Amino acid sequence: MTTSTIKTATTPAPAQPRQRKRRIGPGWFLVSPSVALLLIWMIVPLGMTLYFSTIRYNLLYPGENEFVGLENFTFFLTDPGFFPGAINTLLLVGSVLFISVVLGVLISALLEAADFGGRGVVRVLLISPFFIMPTVSALVWKNLIFHPVSGILAAVWRFFGAQPVDWLAQHPLLSIIIIVSWQWLPFAILILMTAMQSLDQEQKEAARLDGAGPIAIFWHLTLPHLARPIAVVIMIETIFLLSLFAEIFTTTSGGPGYASTNLAYLIYNQALLQFDVGMASAGGLIAVVIANIAAIFLIRMIGKNLTDQ
Amino acid sequence: MADLKIRDLKKGFEGHAVIKGIDLDVNDREFVVFVGPSGCGKSTLLRLIAGLEEVTSGTISLDERDITDESPARRDLAMVFQTYALYPHMTVRKNMSFALDLAKVGKQEVESKVNEAARILELGPLLERKPKQLSGGQRQRVAIGRAIVRNPKIFLFDEPLSNLDAALRVQMRLELARLHKELKATMIYVTHDQVEAMTLADKVVVLSAGRIEQVGSPLELYHHPANLFVAGFIGTPKMGFLKGTISRADASGCEVELEAGCRIILPRAAEASAVGTPVTLGIRPEHIGVTDAGAGSFDVTADVSERLGSDTFCHVRTTSGEPLTIRIPGDFRDVYGECLGLTLDADRCHLFDAEGQAIRPLMRQAA
Repeated sequence: MTTSTIKTATTPAPAQPRQRKRRIGPGWFLVSPSVALLLIWMIVPLGMTLYFSTIRYNLLYPGENEFVGLENFTFFLTDPGFFPGAINTLLLVGSVLFISVVLGVLISALLEAADFGGRGVVRVLLISPFFIMPTVSALVWKNLIFHPVSGILAAVWRFFGAQPVDWLAQHPLLSIIIIVSWQWLPFAILILMTAMQSLDQEQKEAARLDGAGPIAIFWHLTLPHLARPIAVVIMIETIFLLSLFAEIFTTTSGGPGYASTNLAYLIYNQALLQFDVGMASAGGLIAVVIANIAAIFLIRMIGKNLTDQ
Repeated sequence: MADLKIRDLKKGFEGHAVIKGIDLDVNDREFVVFVGPSGCGKSTLLRLIAGLEEVTSGTISLDERDITDESPARRDLAMVFQTYALYPHMTVRKNMSFALDLAKVGKQEVESKVNEAARILELGPLLERKPKQLSGGQRQRVAIGRAIVRNPKIFLFDEPLSNLDAALRVQMRLELARLHKELKATMIYVTHDQVEAMTLADKVVVLSAGRIEQVGSPLELYHHPANLFVAGFIGTPKMGFLKGTISRADASGCEVELEAGCRIILPRAAEASAVGTPVTLGIRPEHIGVTDAGAGSFDVTADVSERLGSDTFCHVRTTSGEPLTIRIPGDFRDVYGECLGLTLDADRCHLFDAEGQAIRPLMRQAA
């Protein structure tokens, strides 16, 4: 009884029928400017993109804007960069998610379990990479860490007598995965650490009495407790990682070849390096479709997780 | 068998002593209740027994086995927490079988133990539910079931009923008492509610500020409190206290002159040299009689009355300003502000010396 009354009180369900009754009331009138603005902001670019994607629109050949149907889409999908770009996007998103979630869980568990002085400082340090601009951190990685001559890693390699690795040239995608993971790991730690603090201490004590060691407690109590925050981390990171651009632009410029090009970078490449606005628009729409496919899966998986608990 | 012996147990947190030396025996099949005001260390004592806190000094042994430094899981104890501490993502069945699964007990044995516990606690239809789908009382029963399947030597309860509403609390109290008899189990139970302590316990341990004030059966504590603290803590409404001095003492008893304005002869042994020492007289609300003003031992001014139907608790104030509560059966007209005469039942009075220790009555000493 009590739970059902609480539920109805917190959900906006009872408010809906009232809204439906006086649809053309002052409320509707008052929110209309912002709704209209949002709609224009969204629909105009989308409409223009749709329009551009169906015409020939190359900035190098002005005035020849005839309708070409789905030709731009065909060209984009058959572009030699499309397949590697799509694969790279998936690899990038998948690996960064994997690294940030696994390391994030482990590091926050370690931080929660260990009791040492200066924990607050360590926490701030762990979270600080998140506050650095992507272009800045990418440049720091490029010039101070990955650089084959002046980078720290090169110095380490030389110290052990090995040939320094030109990371961005030899392992471009891996390098970008490392940079982006370094940026997004703090976000995962931030969310997971706060979630871990909310784990009921009495549950842990009950598990200790039940004979569970630290690993069993982690496996049977902590991880299930973290299911929801992990879902949140995955969802938010996916949204941002699908459109990853600055890190690639400042480090490898998508190269060598298409080795570190993702879809966002490919679209940029079409629009602003080849000046083919029509094809870039087609690519943008394809990216929207791909992002939506990912979103459907994510929301299925996470939405279930969010409502289930 | 489950005989728990605690010897000179001490526990401090960062130099601040919480448990200041406790000696206690818990015998097999006993229902022992730790009771005391909040902050008296009763929960800490239970957690020390469970092994969730490290002992500063002293020993705990169970059946001659020293378990002072044993890990919580190997002590053969099971604990029921105040918040139940059920594992939220596991079904009721899994919650109960968790300890057995960890101990790698065979599937069939786990199955039969869980089913047996579910039968005792009437949890059968709920076994596949998650804790959040259960009511408070059902969660409580699952928490108890989780303890039962482990077949522990001693059950530990940390204020298990304080999260339930009043009606359910009464019902669960009865179920716990029944469970204790059915399982023939040894139980240690922590509560701040003296009604729970009185109704459930074979043995009540009254704690205050990290020390044991008195150990005894509920009625022993009620009828023969060892000191002022126990006298004031056990019994609702509280025992009334009247300050006075011993005015005459001999072998037959002693006469106390109360500040409230009367002399009363009590059957207490006191040395003649005790004359003039300050004492406190304690009297339970049911042992005070009410008469008209001037007709009793002394007069008081009536304050408000609480009518419960079966009884009326009439609050009064003596001429020296000391509050007293009187328990009057049945109907009692409202006497707010009026002057009443009171009579005290001398045989039922308790007498405490200046240190708050009880001065025992004559008959008891002779026996």
